[in-house]
This record gives sequence, C-alpha cells and structure tokens, in this order.
Amino acid sequence: MSSLTVTDEHVSAKPAKVIQPVWVRVMHWTNAVAMILMILSGWQIYNASPLFSFSFPRDYTLGGWLGGGLLWHFAAMWLLMINGLAYLVTGFATGRFRKKLLPITPSGVLHDVRAALTFKLGHDDLTVYNYVQRTLYAGIIVVGVLIVLSGLSMWKPVQLHWLVMLFGDYPTARYVHFFCMSAICAFLVIHVLLALLVPKSLRAMIIGR
Amino acid sequence: MAKRSFLIPGVDKRLLIKDSLKTMPDVTRRRFIAGGASLGALTLLTGCDVVDSSSAEAFLTKVSKFNDAVQDFIFNPDALAPTFPESAITKPFPFNAYYDLDDAPEIAADDWKLEVRGLVDNKKSWTLPELYKLPQVTQITRHICVEGWSAIGSWTGTPLRDFLKLVGADTRAKYVWFQCADKDGYNSPLDMRSALHPQTQMTFKYANEILPRAYGFPMKIRVPTKLGFKNPKYVVSMEVTNDYKGGYWEDQGYNSFSGS
Repeated sequence: MSSLTVTDEHVSAKPAKVIQPVWVRVMHWTNAVAMILMILSGWQIYNASPLFSFSFPRDYTLGGWLGGGLLWHFAAMWLLMINGLAYLVTGFATGRFRKKLLPITPSGVLHDVRAALTFKLGHDDLTVYNYVQRTLYAGIIVVGVLIVLSGLSMWKPVQLHWLVMLFGDYPTARYVHFFCMSAICAFLVIHVLLALLVPKSLRAMIIGR
Repeated sequence: MAKRSFLIPGVDKRLLIKDSLKTMPDVTRRRFIAGGASLGALTLLTGCDVVDSSSAEAFLTKVSKFNDAVQDFIFNPDALAPTFPESAITKPFPFNAYYDLDDAPEIAADDWKLEVRGLVDNKKSWTLPELYKLPQVTQITRHICVEGWSAIGSWTGTPLRDFLKLVGADTRAKYVWFQCADKDGYNSPLDMRSALHPQTQMTFKYANEILPRAYGFPMKIRVPTKLGFKNPKYVVSMEVTNDYKGGYWEDQGYNSFSGS
C-alpha cells in the first residue's frame, strides 16, 4: 500500500522535523519560572536600598519585605543555577549552540536588523535562526552567566573574593547585577513580543514542532 | 528645601532609617508570603498554589536551612576578608539600626560588664578596663549590609578567638550567642567557625577612637565574614552553647548563616 508507505516515511521523517528538542523546552520553561522568581524577589531586595532614585512598585515584588524577598531569591537561585548549568553543558555537548547560534557576522546582523526594522525579516524556517535571533540568544546566554557570577560575588564576597575582583569591587558587582537584570527584562519584552508575532515559534517551544 | 545630611555617598540618613523600618516585617509575619499581587500571575504560570502561605513559608524556611548547611560547608575559615588602605574608609561611616540614633542604648562605662556564660572554664564577668588591657589589632574592612549597601571602616579590638581561648571556651561547641543592650534585647548566634575566624573581633575602637555610641559603645562584635546584622553592637553577654537560640533578625526570616 503506497499510501501507508508514505505515512511511514512521514512518521520516520518526523523526528528530524522537531524544532525544539524536549530538553530545550523543559529547560526553557524551567528557566522562565526561575527568572521571573529571581526578578520579582530581586526587585524586593533592590527596594531595601535602591541604587538609583527609584523603587520598583510593591505590587511587582515578591516576598512582602526584605527578609521574604531574600528567602525567595536564595531559593529560586538553586533552580536557576542548576537548570542554567545543565543548559550550558547540554548546549555545548550536543553542538546545539554551535549549530544554531554560529556564525554571527557583523554584516549578517546588520542585514537582518535592517530587514527586521522594515518588517521584512522572515521566520519561514524555524530551524534556522536569523542573525537578530542569534545575536539576542547568544547575548542573553552571556548576560545570564554574568548575572550569576555577579550574584555569587555579592553572596560570598569573602569566599569568592577573586570573583569580586573580576568586577572591580563589591559595589561594582552590584551595579553589574542590576544592569544584567535590566538587560534580561529588555530581552524578555522583545522575546515575548516576537513570540506573539510569530505564534508558531511559541508552539514549537511548547509542543516541539 | 530640607537640609539632608549624607552619611555615605548617595545614602540619605533619614531614608536609611526609613528603609530599615521598612525592612521590618509585619507583626503577623505572614505578609511576606501573601505580599505582591504578582503572585496571582505567578500562580497561573507555575500552576502551584503559592497563595497557601503556610506551606510556602514552610518550604522557604526549609530551603533557608539547607542554604545554612551549604554555606557552612563551603565556608573556608582561612579565607580573609579583603582589607583596605585608610584612604578607602567611608566618611562618615553610617549609623545603622532599626531605630533612630536617639534610641540607641546609652551605656555608662563604669556600670557595664561583659558577662561570659555557657561552656567556658572561667565564667567571670569582665569590666571595660580589664578588656582594654587585652592585646588589640586594627583592621580596615568592608561592612556589607543585608540591604545591599556597604561601607568601609577601621576597627580596633581583640580577636574573639584569643578571648575565647583566654576564658577556656569549648571551641567544639556550635555557637557563641551574643546578647545586647538594645531596648528589644537584640541577640544573635554566631557559628563557632566564624567566631574563630582570625578577623572576628571584640571591637573597642573605631578609627582609633573609643567606639562611639553610634557604632555600639562599649563593645561591638565585628565579623567581616558576615552581613552587618550579624555584627552585634552594645554587647552585654556572650554564651558558648550547642543550642541554636535564634536571634532578633534570624527569627524574622533572615538566613542565620548570612556569611560572605
């Protein structure tokens, strides 16, 4: 039966069409939960001694007061770190980072940014990231590593003194931590917006295809 | 325009006290779980019932205890807090407490005695002149507050580990528990390994002057490896003990190890 054969071929061909493998999806959503917990509790901690002349609105903070914010922050920290570490190891080991995010060339980025700004950037093939996506995703991985390192140096400035030195000093590590959070928030806005504009990318991150 | 006195760059004294008050939890201590309308959104996202405050609080307390154990495990008693040159000292070094400076304990040096209790051979109380005779060292280190701000100060006094040896303390005990003269009876437990850290100090002087009232006259315990709230001021007694007796801030939810 030829039609059956075709169906079989379809079935056997399907795994190749998976856009987002299971591990990527699980780690992506785990990271989303961990990040939101970290950001909201982090805003609570920030409000106790603001670096700038503004505080975050109380309704968008987690924990109710500094002590509660710290409890949330230092609990979600484990989720973020373990999941993040697993993601980095798997990303490098499977070659996904290399395949999906490289190369990033200045001319390619320039071309795709221009295309994006004139709404001509296609998302036809979800298996291939355009240069804007590559830059954003590679960039946010770097920011993710930085925010964990600056966070660790604020948590253990004596034990991890060498890490603090990497940032200059303790107050600077605090600023780095804040600006990384800002970068993640900006990324979140763009990321969610784009996912809503290209719903099939959101579907791929949920069901894989 | 109201005149503001700045204690450390960018930190306003009134705001600092206001912030300290703000960090006080509600009497109910439940606000921290129910707090934040964002929790509603969070519930939708995670599918967990985080609004069930008692189970969330119990869970967070468990993780905090786990974090205590992890921090104790990675604590290296030989790692020294960075020291700074005199030029790096924050001037003026901020007064910080959950009360205004006017409400800070006023201690008469002649009446004050340091009580030593618990697992020690010599339980005699110490007068200030007796303590002043002990060998003293100076350290310029960074004080890091649980709120995130920090300031560098110059502290002079006797290493706590020398004093513990002098009074024959059982250094295998788990804690040295400090009690203070604050109106609310401030107290705080210090794990023994941190108490024996070479930079942990019974401080009698700030910037080579007798410790002012603002910084804890007559004696402060300076622990550069801990956050500020675990640096008790106006100390009146220390007890070497195996029991975890809690502390003023620890009981309200701050992580007890809170070590850097």
